[in-house]
Amino acid sequence: MKFAAFLIVSLCGGLLLYATADLPAWGDPNSPAGTHLSPHYIEKALEETDVPNLVTAVLADYRGYDTMFETAVVFCAGLACLLLLRDYTRKKGSFYRHIPTGVVIHFKENRKNPPKSREFEHMDKEWVPYDLIMKTVCRILIPFIQLYALYVVAHGDFSPGGGFQGGVIFGSSLILLAISYNLRTVMDRIKERVLGFLCVLGVLVYTGIGVLCMIPGGNFLDYSKLAVFLPVDPGHVRALGMLGVEIGVGIAVMAVMVVIYVNIASEGRHDEGL
Amino acid sequence: MHWQIDLIILTFIIFCAVAAITVRDLLSTAILFGAYSFMMCLLWAVMGAVDVAFTEASVGAGVSTVFFVAAVFRTSRRTKD
Repeated sequence: MKFAAFLIVSLCGGLLLYATADLPAWGDPNSPAGTHLSPHYIEKALEETDVPNLVTAVLADYRGYDTMFETAVVFCAGLACLLLLRDYTRKKGSFYRHIPTGVVIHFKENRKNPPKSREFEHMDKEWVPYDLIMKTVCRILIPFIQLYALYVVAHGDFSPGGGFQGGVIFGSSLILLAISYNLRTVMDRIKERVLGFLCVLGVLVYTGIGVLCMIPGGNFLDYSKLAVFLPVDPGHVRALGMLGVEIGVGIAVMAVMVVIYVNIASEGRHDEGL
Repeated sequence: MHWQIDLIILTFIIFCAVAAITVRDLLSTAILFGAYSFMMCLLWAVMGAVDVAFTEASVGAGVSTVFFVAAVFRTSRRTKD
């Protein structure tokens, strides 16, 4: 059986490798893709959209419809994770530590939790020792990561990056907070409702800008029609439309990353994670 | 001019890919996938596709590794086969 599987995999791989010989060479200017569309983008993108980064111009403007549905796919991934994994039943028992004395209290049944205070601290079941170095380093590092994420979103027009990458970096800064402290630290700062709201908001910002373009009589996602609402010179309007769209993508991706991580790491209970 | 770099990176990619499907410890597999993604990121960067390299580094090597580790943490660490 294993031999048959190996044979089939080798045959398929060999066939694929054989077929790649027919593909145009890397960077070949005479390839079919390089003769019609690419020259138009390379020559006209800067004057049409006022965006120096061609990749962003293609992704967010010429192929804006594709990117909108990519955002919708990411949103659906977060939604599926939430629907499959979210568990509203609470685990039996919880541990609390009285901070001044260090005494640990074990509630065997689901009592009402002690109010959040400086005296009591909710502990994970798999107890993790307090690590000063890791917490301090992460506390110093996280604001810079988030600032960098915002930079990546805002400079998507000029340099590599954009909404998707910036959103992922922002989301991973929150995941780093959840790993270095604990999951409740993140869930106390960003409530589950807010996360769900942000997922929807990102997609709505994208489609909203698309619909906004239709009000003055343009096509869906035709950013040049936004000049009616924005008092800037007409050449720059498409760049601003792209920026708005990128912000929408960034919000959606950030929220979805946190939702997926929280649901996987806590088995959908949102109480204790890695 | 790039072919030496390409060769080194491609060797590492194949090594990581083969290791990821043969190792039985799923946590090691997750880390090997992260290494694989990082090598792919380097390859994109060598080809000049910086945006793709950026995405690969942040999503493939960064967040998805964390997702895999979280999933392994909540399921079993050893594979059956």
